[in-house]
Amino acid sequence: MLDIATAYNKYKFLGNDFLTWIWFLIETDQNISDLINSKEVIRLEVGNSIVLENTLGDKSKEKISIKGDQAGLEEGTTALKKGAFVTHINLICKINEDEYRFSMAGESMNITGLKTPKTDLSKNEDQIEGVILEKSSFCFKIFEVIDTLFLKYIDKRTSDDWNHKGFSELKKWIESY
Amino acid sequence: MALISSTHSISRYHVDGKIDGSIIEEIQNGLIKNAIPEIENEYDEISAGWVPVESPYTPDFKKFSFQFGTYFVFSLRIDKKSIPQKLIQKYMTIEIEKKKQNSAREFISKNEKSEIKEQVIDILMHKIPSVPNIYDVLWDYEANNMYLYTTQKAANELFETLFLKSFNLKAIRLFPYTIIEKKSDLSAAKKDRVLSLAPVKYSR
Repeated sequence: MLDIATAYNKYKFLGNDFLTWIWFLIETDQNISDLINSKEVIRLEVGNSIVLENTLGDKSKEKISIKGDQAGLEEGTTALKKGAFVTHINLICKINEDEYRFSMAGESMNITGLKTPKTDLSKNEDQIEGVILEKSSFCFKIFEVIDTLFLKYIDKRTSDDWNHKGFSELKKWIESY
Repeated sequence: MALISSTHSISRYHVDGKIDGSIIEEIQNGLIKNAIPEIENEYDEISAGWVPVESPYTPDFKKFSFQFGTYFVFSLRIDKKSIPQKLIQKYMTIEIEKKKQNSAREFISKNEKSEIKEQVIDILMHKIPSVPNIYDVLWDYEANNMYLYTTQKAANELFETLFLKSFNLKAIRLFPYTIIEKKSDLSAAKKDRVLSLAPVKYSR
């Protein structure tokens, strides 16, 4: 295994590319449950922000933040066409009847601002164990969806037909705007 | 308690290896040995240690549980002293004036000012109380998974160091490369292929 710091910096683009792919899945209305072979009904939506970054010729960086509940798709795809990549995305994930909202960073795949479904248990001392277990199970569900999707993406990226299938589908989507 | 709050920020780890001997006993020993001291050391700018999730200010791992279901749950407490710049400025001005009067001089040298600054910081550092920050940790021992309920870099680094010291196990941060290495069943050929990938460019 590579040195951790080297691996983080060298392959952080995989996380950013993955976020772009998630955005593509959402906008092209793909069935997430089928994609990751889940028996649960999983739906993803873009939440209230997408952040893109573009490295300019002089090695400086341009940051494009699209915020608001109807985050503008066109502005983002225009940035992608100019060579930008998604670095952060806010997502709404619906698993069956439960709704989760969170932001995800591409390079670290850290989850921030995760709002899980409400628990019926109280935070009293006698129910604290139950609350901890229920709350953590909510978090694990999100990580399971994210990891399974990410590994699915990596499987596609390392497949022989990535260039003329996966990549060309994404490019076609971006160019349709 | 971040773990049961309405919103969470989480960084994830893979724990390399397993504990030799009695798991619960060894974990309890590691937590006790590296618990935050109950009495604050007035000379430490920063101190970090484990505390029970239900009792962050009385770190007694014999009284409070660290086992919840099949998980180990505890918290990392980081106590840090930070002196406001304006406070340093205030006491420096007072001390400089005193020095001028005592030595009957109009000016004092740059070196003397530096010395005064050091003394002021030293005195204030002893007087000022530490501010505690608490970060919950959930360890799914069976699955080798660890969740730290913060994404702050400084807390992550202190956590990694203290975890290794306490349990002699390495906590490896999960990010794109390590998820592939540690959490996937991709073939060796596919993993090799990952190493030669480059960022996708959609620009013409």
